[in-house]
Amino acid sequence: MSLNLRQPAIEKLPTGISGFDLIANGGIPAGRTTLVSGTAGSAKTVFAAQFLAEGIRKYGEHGVFVTFEEPPSDIRRNMESLGWDIATWESEGKWAFVDASPQPGEEMLFAGNYDLGALLARIENAVRRIGAKRLSMDSLGAIFTQFADSAVVRRELFRIVSALKRLGVTAIMTGERTQEYGDIARYGVEEFVADNVIILRNVLEDEKRRRTIEILKFRGTSHQKGEFPFTIISGEGMVVIPLSAIELKQRSSDIRVTSGNPELDRMCGGGFFRDSILLVSGATGTGKTLMTTEFMAGGVRRGERCLLFAFEESREQLFRNATGWGIDFEQMERDGLLRVVCEYPETAGLEDHLIAMKKLIQEFRPNRVAVDSLSALERVSTIRGFREFVISLTSFIKHQEIAGLFTATTPSLMGGESVTETHISTLTDSIILLRYVEMFGEMRRGLTVLKMRGSMHDKDIREFTIDNRGMHIGRPFRQVTGILSGNPIHIAPGEIDRMNQLFNDEEPQT
Amino acid sequence: MTSKFVLKLYVTGQTPRTERAIQNLRRICEQNLGSQYQLFVIDVLEQPHLAEQERILATPTLIKELPPPVRRIIGDLSDTLKVLQGLDLPVHPSSTGGTQE
Repeated sequence: MSLNLRQPAIEKLPTGISGFDLIANGGIPAGRTTLVSGTAGSAKTVFAAQFLAEGIRKYGEHGVFVTFEEPPSDIRRNMESLGWDIATWESEGKWAFVDASPQPGEEMLFAGNYDLGALLARIENAVRRIGAKRLSMDSLGAIFTQFADSAVVRRELFRIVSALKRLGVTAIMTGERTQEYGDIARYGVEEFVADNVIILRNVLEDEKRRRTIEILKFRGTSHQKGEFPFTIISGEGMVVIPLSAIELKQRSSDIRVTSGNPELDRMCGGGFFRDSILLVSGATGTGKTLMTTEFMAGGVRRGERCLLFAFEESREQLFRNATGWGIDFEQMERDGLLRVVCEYPETAGLEDHLIAMKKLIQEFRPNRVAVDSLSALERVSTIRGFREFVISLTSFIKHQEIAGLFTATTPSLMGGESVTETHISTLTDSIILLRYVEMFGEMRRGLTVLKMRGSMHDKDIREFTIDNRGMHIGRPFRQVTGILSGNPIHIAPGEIDRMNQLFNDEEPQT
Repeated sequence: MTSKFVLKLYVTGQTPRTERAIQNLRRICEQNLGSQYQLFVIDVLEQPHLAEQERILATPTLIKELPPPVRRIIGDLSDTLKVLQGLDLPVHPSSTGGTQE
């Protein structure tokens, strides 16, 4: 971020909503009103309430909640599950409701011209009474249905917005949209608060719900553009996943860490880099889980903390596998150096997985992290959502300066590439391919280091075997070509000699 | 004999609209209720907590507290027919023409 010596015209007020302030370049415009527009069920009320809750919890700023739709009792109850004790805040004078919800069973007659002077007076009174710095109004559509004359309501809301500005209150107003991609809001609400607009979306994409938030505009001040995914977590509220807002300022170190396999370390020119992301790609059964297991064990042996997220196999299975390769996961966990987390991908949305994983990484503070397999997570998301997940996870891991190993399963047994690979190969620093190689009616396994950023590495495709002590990398396949494309062709030794001769002839004689 | 009416009129400050509402209401009451009514005028700018208690949004708002049922009439009360209807009073052919904007 560049340092601007000129004082910006409009200051920002950090909302405190996790991740949001990053995409808002610091927060929402202070002392102004921002319209938060979205369809039904797009979490407008959560945003409105969280804006106040975080103000109280993180900044000691009091807030007024003006409700046009749900009675305060409903809001108190609904927000309890997110961990906000509104009733206590009310008794402490930190939170005040202005109840403008429709009164059931009360008849209302209209007999002449009116304004919403009483509402304005109540809002001003509440703001002064608790010394509020923040205010939320939820939601505007409901007041338009209470008062038939839209022109009057619009004029009066404009008056309220002006009054809030005078009071120096930073406010959120929520408004309804009828479609995810269309007019900003109903009733022409945007006309009087159009300076700052945020859009919440809840889109059905490939049979999966995807929540996103987009800052459409902040007048006179900057923000990140585009839609960012978010999720709602109980006990926490809304959590925005700031993808492109993540600063790409990862330091890259040239410190090497062991892959857990001395032969592989040699192939990589002395091990993996400490803060690099490694992708291991191969068909089922080629040895991805073994490589993950050795990567973890190699770390633990050097006293590093290791965290394994397993999305394909159960705990029992993983531990049994490890034992079969001479690795005692149980002892490592008892020593507190290893943590294995097994989860079915289907238990949660990708955003929730991401947040849970980040949280665990922050809690456990590992030196290395492995995800086996990333492909399993593909199933629970759209391709776009998956890509965002991978970007977010890799940049998070790199920020922590830890080594990451992801596995990807290729759909075909021989060669080919996976969706996971297509989407993340450019994000990873190193790629290792594991392949089946058919030779004379026998299935053998081959391994190659395809890419290793910033380092020399072995370019051979080497054969490897697996036994009760793990993986053993042997000699390169010399008489086979086309392994990576899945069509191995055997070449007669004479042919190889002839080809070598061919190249020698072309080189200048020394 | 009608039972005694208790009427509360919530207004915002001394505006022309406030004046109009009070004027219209007084006229309707005098013509239809004689002295059988009590009228309280509440300025929400001076007593916002009363507006809060009654959850008033619009001004002017007339609340007929007695006799039941409680009813709210919103506006400057220039629509005499609506006001009479709201107060459960019989509508006479002559009772029209409130002061309008």
